[in-house]
This record gives sequence, C-alpha cells and structure tokens, in this order.
Amino acid sequence: MSNDRFETIARAKKVVQQIGLELAFVDAVKENGADGINELLRHLESALGNDSPEPVAEAMATVRQWIDQRVAADNKLSSVTIARLGDWQPWIDAALMSWEYELPYPPFPEGWRIPEGVPAPQTTAPPPAAAAPAPARSEASPAGRAPAAPAPAALLPEQTVEVMPVDADAEMLQLFCAEAQDLLQDIEQGVLVLEVSPTDSSSLDSLFRAFHTFKGNVGVMKLMVLQQLAHELESMLDAARRGKYRLVSESITAILSGADILKRFVAELSNQIAGVHTGRTIDLPIPQLIDDVHALLAGESPAAAKAPGGVPQAEAVPAPSPLPSTPPPAAAGLFIPEAAAVGSMAASPPAPLPVEPPSPSQAPVAPIEPVAAAAPPMAKAPAASPAAPPVIGSGIVRVDTLKLDGLIDLVGELVIAQSMVVQNPELKAITSAHLSRCLGQLRGITSDLQRTAMSLRMVPIRSTFQKMSRLVRDLALQQGKEIALELEGEETELDRNIVEELSDPLVHMIRNSADHGIEMPAARTAAGKPSAGTITLRAFHQGGFIVIQIEDDGRGLSPAKIRAKAIERGIIRADEVLDDRETFDLIFAAGFSTAEKITDLSGRGVGMDVVRRNIEKMRGKIEIDSVEGRGTTFTLYVPLTLAIIEGLLVGIGDQRYVIPTLSVRESFRPLPGMVTQVQGRGEVVSVRGRLTPILRLGRHLNTPHTATDPTEGIIVVVEAGQDSRCLLVDQLIGKQEVVIKNLGDMFRHQTEFAGAAILGDGRVGLILDVNALVKLKPRNNGEAA
Amino acid sequence: MPSTSPQPHGHSGALPGKYLTFTLSGESYGIPVLKVREIIRLCPITPVANMPEHVKGVINLRGKVIPLVDLRAKFCLPISTDTERNCIVVTQIAAAGGGTRLYGVIVDGVEEVANFTAADLEPTPDFGGAVDSMFITGMAKAGSGVKTLIDLDKISAVDGTIAIQALGLPSSQAS
Repeated sequence: MSNDRFETIARAKKVVQQIGLELAFVDAVKENGADGINELLRHLESALGNDSPEPVAEAMATVRQWIDQRVAADNKLSSVTIARLGDWQPWIDAALMSWEYELPYPPFPEGWRIPEGVPAPQTTAPPPAAAAPAPARSEASPAGRAPAAPAPAALLPEQTVEVMPVDADAEMLQLFCAEAQDLLQDIEQGVLVLEVSPTDSSSLDSLFRAFHTFKGNVGVMKLMVLQQLAHELESMLDAARRGKYRLVSESITAILSGADILKRFVAELSNQIAGVHTGRTIDLPIPQLIDDVHALLAGESPAAAKAPGGVPQAEAVPAPSPLPSTPPPAAAGLFIPEAAAVGSMAASPPAPLPVEPPSPSQAPVAPIEPVAAAAPPMAKAPAASPAAPPVIGSGIVRVDTLKLDGLIDLVGELVIAQSMVVQNPELKAITSAHLSRCLGQLRGITSDLQRTAMSLRMVPIRSTFQKMSRLVRDLALQQGKEIALELEGEETELDRNIVEELSDPLVHMIRNSADHGIEMPAARTAAGKPSAGTITLRAFHQGGFIVIQIEDDGRGLSPAKIRAKAIERGIIRADEVLDDRETFDLIFAAGFSTAEKITDLSGRGVGMDVVRRNIEKMRGKIEIDSVEGRGTTFTLYVPLTLAIIEGLLVGIGDQRYVIPTLSVRESFRPLPGMVTQVQGRGEVVSVRGRLTPILRLGRHLNTPHTATDPTEGIIVVVEAGQDSRCLLVDQLIGKQEVVIKNLGDMFRHQTEFAGAAILGDGRVGLILDVNALVKLKPRNNGEAA
Repeated sequence: MPSTSPQPHGHSGALPGKYLTFTLSGESYGIPVLKVREIIRLCPITPVANMPEHVKGVINLRGKVIPLVDLRAKFCLPISTDTERNCIVVTQIAAAGGGTRLYGVIVDGVEEVANFTAADLEPTPDFGGAVDSMFITGMAKAGSGVKTLIDLDKISAVDGTIAIQALGLPSSQAS
C-alpha cells in the first residue's frame, strides 16, 4: 500500500463528494447545465490518473461517455443522465472505498453500458432497457433491503446515505406526513380551480407554494426522486405563474398525477409509520412523469400524458418473484430500513424505465412484496417505535386562518373592552368586594381566553429544529467535518407563520456555520479544540420575543477579512472606521456574499442580506457576536406572533403613535449642546459617540406638537438594518402589546405607517414603519417649519 | 378619467329601491341602503399624516380600523362646522383587490331612508363636459327636492377630489 494510492483516493473522494453536492443542484432544463458536472468530472479524472483499477476506470469511461454525449447534444443534463449520475455517484464512492480497503468492488450495473439514445429525454427509450428494471426491482425484496443483507451492502456502509435514520426521525416523518397531507389538499383544491380557469393567479400561486414547500420538505428528508418531481412541477407552475407557459389540460393532468404520486407516497408512508405493511416498497412512476413535464414545457405532447388518472395501479402487476439480490447501487430508490418502522420506497431508476409504454401500467412496476415476506418486519414495527400514534392527524381540525385571525381580533377587542370596564371611573367609585371579585374573575377569564386564542396559532419550533439536525448531519458528511448539533428549547412555541418564515433563514445560517464556521477536524485539533465542532441551536423567550441563537465554536469571523472584502466589493470606503459590530454587520450587506449556490432546500439561493430581509419582514432582527478563533453566534429576535407586537407608545401633541419595541435602541431627553445643526443635512445628535440624524416626527407627520426644541422632547433612537434615526417625540407614554391591524388599501401609498392598533382607551394608534423612517433623507426634517 | 360607465350618457343607472339620503353642505344625496352597514355618531378620529384632505383618518369600529372620508372635502364642498347632527355612515364598498371593505363617510346629517320607484328616478342631466357624471347614477325626485344618487364604489376608487359640486345645482334650484 503506497501512500500515493491513499492520496489519490482521498482526492478522488473529495471530488466525488463535490459531484454529489452538484447533483443536488442540477436542473435538467438549465442551459449549459452539464458544465458543472463536466468540470468536476475532469477534476476526478485528473485526480485518478491512469492507474485506477479496472472497475473504477470502466465507470469513469462510462460516465465520460454520458457526459460527452450530453455536451455534444445540447449541453444540458437530461433527467435520464441526472438519474444515472445519481446512481453513479454513490457507486463510484463505494468503489473508491473498495479500492482503499481492498474489498470486492460493487458489481457494475449492466444498464449503464446502454447508451442513453436520442438526446430528448422524453423519447429516450433504449430497447434493451426494459430488461434492466429487474435488478432494480429486486432491491425491493426483503433481503436487499435488510440492513444486514448482501455482502457488498454490508461492506459498504457509506452506501446507505439515502437511508432514513432510525429512531430519531420517526417523529419527523410523522410531521412530514401531516404537513404533506395539508399541502396535498391545497394542491387538489388549486387544481380544481385551474381546471376551470387555467390562468387563475391565486391558485397558481398557492399551487406553486405548495409544491415548493413540499420540495423543501422532501429535500430535507433526502427523498431526492420526490424532490425532483416536486421541483419539475414547481418549475412548470412557476412558468405558468409568470405567464411564460400556458397550462393545458395535459399539464393539469400532469400536476394531478404528480399530486397523486405524492399522495400515494404519503398515504403509504403514514400507513407504514402506523405499522401497516411496514417495510413495503413504495414504487412510483416519477421519472416518466418528469419527462412528461419536460415535454409539456417544451411544448410537446407527452408520450404518456394520456395515462388515465395519472398513476397506474400497482396491483396491475404481479409481485415479482424474488430475484438474486443485487447491491443497492443499482437502484435509484430511497430506502428506509424497517428498523425505522417506516416504509421503504424504491423508485424505478429512470434509465431502465421504458419511457414509451403502450400501456402505462407497465411502466412503474410496483414490487409489492409477498405478504409473507412483509410479515417479519411488521412484527418488528411496534417494538421499534412504540410511541408512534396509530393514526396521524387524529383530533386535528383544520381551520381557515382568516377565521382564526377573526377570532384573535375579537379576543383582542374583548381584552380592551374588559380593561375599559375595569378602569371605568364610575365603576371604580363603587366599593364593593363582590364587584371587584367579579371584575377580577372577568379579567382572569379574558386573559386566559386571550392566551388560548393566541396559542391556536402556536406550534413548537421542534420540527424546524429537527430538520436542521438532518441538514447538519448531511453537511458534516459531505465536507468530512465532525459536527454535533445541540438543540435547546425545541418546545418553544411560536406563530405558525413565523415558524414557516424562519425555516429558510435558519437553513442558510446553519449552512453558513457548517461551511464557514466549523473548521476541518485537523485544523481544530491544531487550534487546541476538540476535533468535533458543535453548533448549538437554541430558542427561548426573552421579553416579548422569541430568541433563536445559532452558535458555533468554529473559527469565528475575522473583522479584518470582512473589512477587506467589503472594501473590495465597494460596500465601504477604505477609510471608513467601523467597530467590530458594524464590521460584522457588513456580511448582511447586499452584494457581500459571493454568488450563493442554489440550495436544494430553498431552490433559490439566499445570501445573508436576504436572511436579514426575511427576518426584518417579520419584524424581527438579527445580531452577530463573534470572537475570532472561538466561534460565532447569530441571535435572531423574532416576535411571538405576527399578529401582536410590543410597542413603545409615544405622544406627539394629542396623538399617540406606536413604535415597535424591537426597533428601539434607547430613548433619552437630549441636553442642550447634544444637538448639532449640520449645514444642509439637518440636525444630528451624538448618540454614544455616533452622530445620528434627528427626524422631528411631529413636523414630519404634520401633527401639532409641543416639543419645538429637541431639548423639550424625548429622543427615541430607532434602528433598522444598519440605519438609525433619532425620532423626536413630545413624550413617552409607555409600553403596550398591541394587535396589528392592516390600514387597508386606501392608505396603500403612504409609507410612514406599518399598520394601526387599537389602544387601551379604544382609540386607534398608528404604528410607525421604522424601516421606512430610517431611510428618509436626513435633510427632510430640518426644513419646513 | 376614462368613462367606464356602461350606460349611455343621460340614462339613469340607478335602480328603484331604498336609498339612504343625507345632506352635505345643504345638498341632498342618496346611496343605496344596501351599501350602508350602520350609522354611528362622530367618534375620536386618528388622523393619518400626509394624506389628502378628504381622508380624515381612521376610526375604531368595534375593533376594526376603518378609514374615514369626508365627502364634503372630496367633493370640494364648503365644510360647515361640526354639529350634533354630523355623523358617520359606515358603508361597504368594493375594495381594490376584490371583496368589500368598510369605509366611513362623514356627512352633515342623515335624512331618511326613502323608497324611490322607477317613476321617481331620472337620468343624470347633461351638465356639459365640465362635470364627469360617472359618479352619479341618477337623480331622484322626492317631495319638492331632488336628491343626487351617487356611486360610492367609483368615488372611493379615485384618490383625489372630485368636482361634483355643480351636481348639487338641480337640487338647489328645485328647493
């Protein structure tokens, strides 16, 4: 064993991992989509050199042939090629491992030698391919799936990257099923509308969102085939939404078929979680549908679009007799060991799929295993997940959120009415123990009612956090790092809308921490840290907010490097003086992040600027703490709910305004001399050594005000993003939680107010839009007396 | 302003039925009673800054924040000082994004709910080019006076003011 060989293998493995990553992002319709893979393949070829063993060399030659063919055709990756690459990548990974440890090589899948055929994916129907499903299908046989099955699989544990993790994810799967069922209902409703009016934009939007969310969910679960299906349908809907594509009845059939496939998968999965038919293979005609969608988008009539009802029934095909088991690499399927008490799903690999079936029922052969074979796993199921509730979604009522909002509004009003009664001076004059007891009871019930009403919208953040643990595990594997994710406060509840909005920013920040924060094990050891990095994700209440922290013990942010990069990108001038906090803030500046890769989770990449924008959209904020060499902590402050904010009540003349507390940094009465007039720029006040422009709110809002001189009023320092302003108000009245009300379309053009709220005395107070106020040109306030 | 009015000029678009009539600066106007949600007394108004003069602000209608419009300012009518008779007519109007929306209208005083038959209704007279009659659905004879029937949906869709005061002329001539 020469060291050279190990080095070669290590280099090759790294490239193979990159290929795996790249594969997650490829898109069959993308122009020049083959370039990325081609490039990586060249790296791999040069890493391997000329003396790789025969199976590896053959696999390399095969893949080179595929790619060259695509490059020669239209330089796009076809879905067939993508699926083949999806098989090839784990295979080569396994082969490299065999090489490294001198183990037997995994058998070379015969189907790969068959050329892809005509370039257009929907017409690729290599005649011999029909023979190929057999090895793939045998995957479904119990022996092929069992963890301790055939020798190659046992020897190559890396092969099981697509296996659902065992116990930890049982709950996640349930959540996934529950959510998926909701989404599928939305999809069905949307499709019904679209059948009548194919251009209905709100249905298109909701369908698009449903598929997008679904894609994200299955992506997290690593159900790549489903993810691709959802992605294709999403792309089609996106095109329709943007008016680039007009839905025809075939496309609606395709959407319905897709929904049916997803539905079947979800139904089967929930059954299996509940212990019915555990371990049964779920086989879905996905690649064919994907090709249909491509054909539709290309304006062609899909070969199989006539498929009645979309999904051929599995029962149409007799269960195959158990075949000699072939190793996992042959199958594109995802499979889940029955130890997890959930089902497995082996999607037909696209390559062997007969793409032009005269009768579609033949295409996706569903190898339902014989009942006898399914029996042992069934017996095992209860033991594996005793906690799993028998039926998913039992006892849950789906309520229209509008009704829920209406209820919450009314409860808010009840609370105000209650306080008006309790504080009524005439009632207060009555000194009756009985009355005050009654009033106390009224108050108690009202606040209970309010809490309950608010809790209707609340969900624990657990499911979002758990998705992250999956993400961290995958990222760590991909990058060869050791990362432990610690979760704290998963039971913290927050508004469902916020949980949804939080998911993407969290994914991005976790990726960031894992990619850039945590170092490679060797570097960590060299720095005197444990080789395994830790990312801590915690949620807790603080004040009226939910705080979410993402803390890593990685290399931390380097102010000097950030500064250099910001100067290089023209975000700051070279002579600007910034403290550390301001420097860290630069990573949120638009244009700071390099072009982000499109992630498989969001589909559309987000940089840190988008993260911050998302957080601010939900009236939250984000802070960074970092010690170079020690780690970085991102702290998100988000409101408990989008419906209620904690506001600082300020008075200007006899009007009261609400400033969201989260935007308020401090407030003080300025002393004479603190305020400086800057020629042409208005007034500034020095706040902690920093000159901040003053915005005289009374003047700006044309409201009668008493504080004509800043020293007679109160300065409230507000900030949003990197901007801050000193708002001059007459007085501070207090803090109050208010229910946010929309101002309505009559006020759609104004920018000063984010909404309105009903204050304790029943009058309406306007909520200032701090994001808009801080962006006002500073000189606006000095003029116009 | 493009005329979106479907009926030919001079034809009455107003349908017979019940109308709520009210006064603005001495003139009588009517709106279909089905558009009226309720009538409330003047209540504390929260002004919204930097809005046109006719947008008085917002009020709290039992927990709902609704905009309040002063039709006198909208129609460029002289604004008399507020009196006891002033009140807010809460109407339901078509919202820009579809559906309806509550909309408060300050009026000098509410008169009555009158039933106008087809015989009472007359098409909008031709005032010449100076006045866009798309906001007027017709005129109704009631006793000695004439009421101008207005289309609040269209009026509210216009952000600026409307030169409608000339339309009060027939009514003032008649009285």
